[in-house]
Amino acid sequence: MEYLTNFFLPSAESTYATQVDALFHFINIVSLILLVGITFAIVYFSIKYRRKSQEDTTPVITHNTTLEVTWTVIPLILILIVFGWGFKDFVEMRTPPGDAYEVHVTAYSFGWDFEYPNGVVSANTLYVPEQTPIRLLMRARENDVLHSFFVPQFRLKQDLIPNRVTTAWFEAKRTGEFVYFCTEYCGAGHSIMNGLVKVLSQEDFDAWLEEEAGRDLDALPLAELGRITFTSAGCAGCHSLDGSSRVGPTFQGLYMAERQFTDGTSRIADEEYLLESIIYPQRQINVGYPNNMPTFYGDTLSERELAGLVEFIKELQ
Amino acid sequence: MEQASLNAKKLKVRYFDIDENPSEHYLNAEKGLKSWLLTVDHKRIGLMYLASVILFFFVGGVLAVVLRTELFTPTENLMNADTYNRIFTLHGAIMVFLFIIPSIPAALGNFLLPMMLGAKDVAFPRLNLASFYIYSVGAIFALISLAVNPIDTGWTFYTPYSIQTGSAVILITLGVFIMGFSSILTGMNFIVTIHKLRAPGLTWGKLPLFIWAMYATSIIQVLATPVLAITLGLLIMERFLGIGIFDPALGGDPVLYQHFFWFYSHPAVYIMIVPAFGVISEVISTFSRKTIFGYWAIAMSSLAIAFIGSLVWGHHMFVSGQSELSTVVFSFLTFFVGIPTGIKIFNWLATMYKGSIDMKTPMLYAMIFLFLFTIGGVTGIMLGAISVNVHLHDTYYVVAHFHYVMMGGTVMAFLAGIHFWWPKMTGKMYSEFWGRIAAVIIFIGFNVTFLPQFIMGSQGMPRRYFNYIEQFQSMHQLSTIGSYLLGIGFLIIGAYLLHSLFRGEKASSNPFGSRTLDWMTSSPPAHHNFNYTPVVYNGPYDFHKPIADFTIGIAGSDEHHGHGETVKADKAEA
Repeated sequence: MEYLTNFFLPSAESTYATQVDALFHFINIVSLILLVGITFAIVYFSIKYRRKSQEDTTPVITHNTTLEVTWTVIPLILILIVFGWGFKDFVEMRTPPGDAYEVHVTAYSFGWDFEYPNGVVSANTLYVPEQTPIRLLMRARENDVLHSFFVPQFRLKQDLIPNRVTTAWFEAKRTGEFVYFCTEYCGAGHSIMNGLVKVLSQEDFDAWLEEEAGRDLDALPLAELGRITFTSAGCAGCHSLDGSSRVGPTFQGLYMAERQFTDGTSRIADEEYLLESIIYPQRQINVGYPNNMPTFYGDTLSERELAGLVEFIKELQ
Repeated sequence: MEQASLNAKKLKVRYFDIDENPSEHYLNAEKGLKSWLLTVDHKRIGLMYLASVILFFFVGGVLAVVLRTELFTPTENLMNADTYNRIFTLHGAIMVFLFIIPSIPAALGNFLLPMMLGAKDVAFPRLNLASFYIYSVGAIFALISLAVNPIDTGWTFYTPYSIQTGSAVILITLGVFIMGFSSILTGMNFIVTIHKLRAPGLTWGKLPLFIWAMYATSIIQVLATPVLAITLGLLIMERFLGIGIFDPALGGDPVLYQHFFWFYSHPAVYIMIVPAFGVISEVISTFSRKTIFGYWAIAMSSLAIAFIGSLVWGHHMFVSGQSELSTVVFSFLTFFVGIPTGIKIFNWLATMYKGSIDMKTPMLYAMIFLFLFTIGGVTGIMLGAISVNVHLHDTYYVVAHFHYVMMGGTVMAFLAGIHFWWPKMTGKMYSEFWGRIAAVIIFIGFNVTFLPQFIMGSQGMPRRYFNYIEQFQSMHQLSTIGSYLLGIGFLIIGAYLLHSLFRGEKASSNPFGSRTLDWMTSSPPAHHNFNYTPVVYNGPYDFHKPIADFTIGIAGSDEHHGHGETVKADKAEA
């Protein structure tokens, strides 16, 4: 039984996940009984009543009110059960406890920012304490498109919309790492817009939060700052570090390489080029890649972060 | 019925014989390209639609196989993400707007509806031709958009992505907008035809169930399609003029777009499936040689589905950010579509009970339909349950569900219909042997393709993903192999149907022993369908009465056609 459950569903890791699964299994079992019955009838009838001769005659049976009522009322009862059951659990899934810990989520093409009450921001990884209700206040970045936050093991999904706040909540039952996906189609990087929810014990979570809050980014060497910015600004959504081609070109070996552009020109990727293509990505488009990099990095990143990114890329030879 | 017989009795009627060897029929009555392009004959228009939808089904199918091939590995193996996104969008848009919506209604419906009513043509033959040309113009717009900059938004054109993307959104939405008018005009034409052009004696209670299904479909087409036109019109204005109705950057609401879109596109699901119900009713009764069980239950459930189906669009938006109250109301209403759908399935099964079942290809497809559509239906109940929907929404579970309904339902019924009426349309028989082989291959291929998608969907595999995590690879590979099998099945069908077209055995006028009027004429039918004005005394499924009782017409009505020689004997006055 457990094998079957695991075959159909990922492990249930949030408090309400088990209830959702129970309804899933109930519908599956009733459906299976129905399907087996119908299939049996089709096969049985087509064998038992197969045409024996071209002169076969059949009885005239036009209708049967008792039967019609039966196969109207029984499904009616079943659907009312399913509706009520789904409704009951939905109410719970949409009603966070009053003392929930709040995390602000911002999605953009193609990455996620998670901001905690003390101002710490983690990029693409959501850290939460176990056995604590977490309320997510979610929005897509201004001028961005729709995204959706989906954690299969929590049975949690909610769309994110620019200029609107949507909410969701969950309580993780145990520590561990759980994958999340973007499930509202958002363009070329849609399928790589995923990451991990890291559920920590309360002590580990507090320690992590404290460490992040105390980190002095200004004291870091430029290349080290660039490495952090690469993740936190979401560059990792489209650019790889291992030479593989994603939405945009890889950063490995990029420095001082010759770049071919769609207008037929080419250029050596020196420091000036790197900085310029972060701030004005639409000026020169690399052959083979779409012109879809956001144009706001010049505004959202500090001078030091921009310089850091360039230094970071230079190190990736 | 009493009344009808009474009225009919005032007519002078006699039995007619059907010409088994027609020297002149609708295919050779007029010759040359012009006679096709300017025809107002509903049968020829039906065939032109048929050729178009088969062409687009082929294109959409090739795209599907390309997608499945890309998904054989978790990362890039054929194309980049951008190309993949364009291809899955085109697969969806072509299959929905260019293939499945016009498939049964416009192709089979045009061919059969007037014949089943005993009419010479639809009520507005010129309008009918016009609607084919409107469809063609829309299709050309869609094709131009492919050549210019193929769209990458998904077939749903969700805002704000569809406002921001660089692809040719305006061209394709304009194409869909134009095609909508074709759909509306066809619906209008059918409604009027059903009301006004029924043969003498053909009361509402004697209409073939295919007609009832087409009637329900036409009502949805006329009522829902204008909303799609408005939605796409607004989308075009939003992109072009920035009016700020859907774009959040301008104070608009993308969720409003989703309401507008699904207000049409959910009823459109019933434009796709209800005609299929009609085909299945005809096929099952004919090949069971038995009166349909629960005629009124089946007929009225089509109308019930059309009505309830117009009130459930919000079930596409449970996690979209619409209010919880809306979500609950839409979930509640959604389940009620399940009731009339279940009624149909049980009535079809009851029709087979104590029948004389002939497992010919159309019947095989009807049985495949029953099995696959039941799975499509019960997984629809699963998706209607709100709490479970939150988990399954936008995963492969949804993809599998609608393919079971649209392909397992509509396409299987379309195949049943094509085989069933092939002799009537072409005057030729297809190979029964190869027909059955292909049906079995398609059945297996379909399940191998889409069953794994249910499992990976409930495991959490999101849809519209170019890359995926390795956990899902084995299911994806199984699905890809299934799609190749499906492709082979369809190629076999194409091959033996082409063979039949040129070298097929000659078909008799009524090879399967049906009782509806479409079979009471030669194969292929005469230029004006019948060489006499049919008069209907019996029900469409009165298999206990001899076929001769169904070829009654107004005495003397054949003379002005100049086909008097086809009538061999004046059997009796009814």
